[in-house]
Amino acid sequence: MQQVDYRNSRRDPAPSRWAYRMHRLWLTPYVPRLLRLGVPVAISALSLIYVFSQPENRTAFTDMIAEIRRTVAERPEFMVTSMTIENASEELTADIKEILPMDFPISSFDIDLVAMQKVVEQLDAVARADLRVRPGGVLELAVTERLPAVVWRAPGLLELLDGQGRRVAALEERGRRGDLPLIAGIGADTEVPEALKLYAAAGPIVDRLRGIVRMGERRWDIVLDRDQRIMLPEDNPVIALERVMALHEAQDLLERDLAAVDMRNPDRATLRMRPDAVANLHMIKGIELGDILQ
Amino acid sequence: MTDFYDSQRAMRAMRKAALQRGVIAILDIGTSKIACLVLRFDGPEQYRESDGVGSLAGQSAFRVIGAATTRSRGVRFGEVSAMNETERAIRTAVQAAQKMAGVRVDHVIACLSGANPRSYGLAGFIELHESSVTEQDVARVLASCDVPDYGEGRHVLHAQPVNFALDHRSGLGDPRGQIGNRLACDMHMMTIDGDAVQNLLYCIKRCDMELAGIANSAYTSGISSLVEDEQELGAACVDMGGGSTGISIFMKKHMIYADSVRLGGEHVTSDISKGLQVSLATAERIKTVFGGVVATGMDDRERIEIGGDTGDWEHDRRTVSRAELIGIMRPRVEEILEEVRERLDAAGFEHLPSQQIVLTGGASQIPGLDGLAPKILGNQVRIGRPLRVQGLPQAATGAAFASCVGLALFAAHPQDEWWDFEMPMERYPARSLRRAVKWFKDNW
Repeated sequence: MQQVDYRNSRRDPAPSRWAYRMHRLWLTPYVPRLLRLGVPVAISALSLIYVFSQPENRTAFTDMIAEIRRTVAERPEFMVTSMTIENASEELTADIKEILPMDFPISSFDIDLVAMQKVVEQLDAVARADLRVRPGGVLELAVTERLPAVVWRAPGLLELLDGQGRRVAALEERGRRGDLPLIAGIGADTEVPEALKLYAAAGPIVDRLRGIVRMGERRWDIVLDRDQRIMLPEDNPVIALERVMALHEAQDLLERDLAAVDMRNPDRATLRMRPDAVANLHMIKGIELGDILQ
Repeated sequence: MTDFYDSQRAMRAMRKAALQRGVIAILDIGTSKIACLVLRFDGPEQYRESDGVGSLAGQSAFRVIGAATTRSRGVRFGEVSAMNETERAIRTAVQAAQKMAGVRVDHVIACLSGANPRSYGLAGFIELHESSVTEQDVARVLASCDVPDYGEGRHVLHAQPVNFALDHRSGLGDPRGQIGNRLACDMHMMTIDGDAVQNLLYCIKRCDMELAGIANSAYTSGISSLVEDEQELGAACVDMGGGSTGISIFMKKHMIYADSVRLGGEHVTSDISKGLQVSLATAERIKTVFGGVVATGMDDRERIEIGGDTGDWEHDRRTVSRAELIGIMRPRVEEILEEVRERLDAAGFEHLPSQQIVLTGGASQIPGLDGLAPKILGNQVRIGRPLRVQGLPQAATGAAFASCVGLALFAAHPQDEWWDFEMPMERYPARSLRRAVKWFKDNW
């Protein structure tokens, strides 16, 4: 009977070819790191992609994000409960409240101050608007109003304009703002600063001034009462007006029976007299001549 | 000549690539064990200028980062006899060494002890074209050596220029740049059986590695075990391995002769096994624990249990005295040493100025060998141990690892071989010259 020789029938200590190759692969630079880091990353990325490829998972995820955001945004610290509007007339306040419909309380996360500022500044009466959320949940809106400088009349509309010609508001009737000068004519609104200079130059006759009319979108006529007109040139109308004013000061030009002072050619001022005045002039000339002839 | 030029140059290129990568494996395929070291070449750049220390004689150029030993299988007399078994053993050793090193090794330098190494001394001379010796002249003089007919199926393992002579001045190490008319050289060439190399190549290929060099283990043992003055003055290194005993003779830091005796420690083991009727494993254990070659009176009284697995009480309780064991071992060891003496005499060792003989290898550790060897080999015998190299584990510093350590040194500082010199111009085949001319025409 032979005893089994355990010592010599031990397992072969040599690694198998594949075990050897795997071991060598594991010792290859970057392979362990790739396996330790790359494979988990790849698996998690793939699983994430799989999860998000299902629409219901996507909506659930976005809902969850929105819910978290809502719980934070709706904390009382972030809520805005009222709005104050400063430096605005009652009319403008009402306008602003109309175009900024806000249902308080609202979270300050949901307020887009820049967009609101743009909306408010689109109002013609507003030159500039500053918005901020004050501590205490108050939305503060500081408005700089646009001040009307002239009344502009054009066919079918009557409006208030500021010094730069920007529209401020519509006007029902001229008499409401009798304190403001009147300009008229198509294209007059684009030359408001010049019109204001003309008004300043027409100081001596301001009580007779009815308004300034833009003629053919290129030059000004100054309309006085008694249907008198001063027709100004395209270029340097202010200087031309000042010359007329000087004539008026010296010779009471405009007190006379004139229909128009035509300064369209600045080198040659022309007076247009009324028919009666012409007849009178002829008669006077006739008498003078008759005296000489007689 | 050109074919081994090519194969050896391919190996040299691979070794260079491995050194560039910094990691190379050393594989000692012995009859009793297969050892694998993994070397890391740091290169000199790890030292800063301010350190003041360069790589001193190359000791710091590499360190051992992995070492493993496994029992050899399928190797007889230092030759691969069962390829699959050897391949597995190599795999075991390489994997363990790689695991210890923590890096993957793709290039391996192997040494083998058997395969009938044969030494040839070659001589050649040329007349110099110019007055001073150029690199091309060295190549020409090497090419002028008349290669003996070393037989079909033999493979040139080493071919090292040993000596240069210029006119009447001999013993030049490096003749380049010197002035003379006639350049002569002596070369030592060593051939082994080509089959052994092919088998080794196959085994290493099967392990997914590339063979970057082969060396004879007697040579590498000499590199590691002989101290510098021994190598310079002349000494023989006897590497007593398991299956074969390698002999290498060094002179002027060059190996000038190598041979191997196909007897080794395993023959001692098998003698014990036969003589005491025990298994080989038991015999090996008894040899290593109680073995010796010089018996004293004390040894008659020391009884050794030799045991057995038969279940027969009488048989399993046998004892022998240590003197009996020594009586079995001594004749075999004497036989080995006498065989070595014979080979040394045949090589003309007695004409060397120094008669130093260094015994190394696993079988040199037999107690009492230092008393026995001088009786056979002469007075100047010492038992050698390999040089210490950086990072080598304590377990791998013994005499059994002499060829392994030597191979590591060889990898770090290879000696110039024939094929390291430029091939002389006239030896280039005309075809490649034409190809070079064509390349120039095409590209310029």
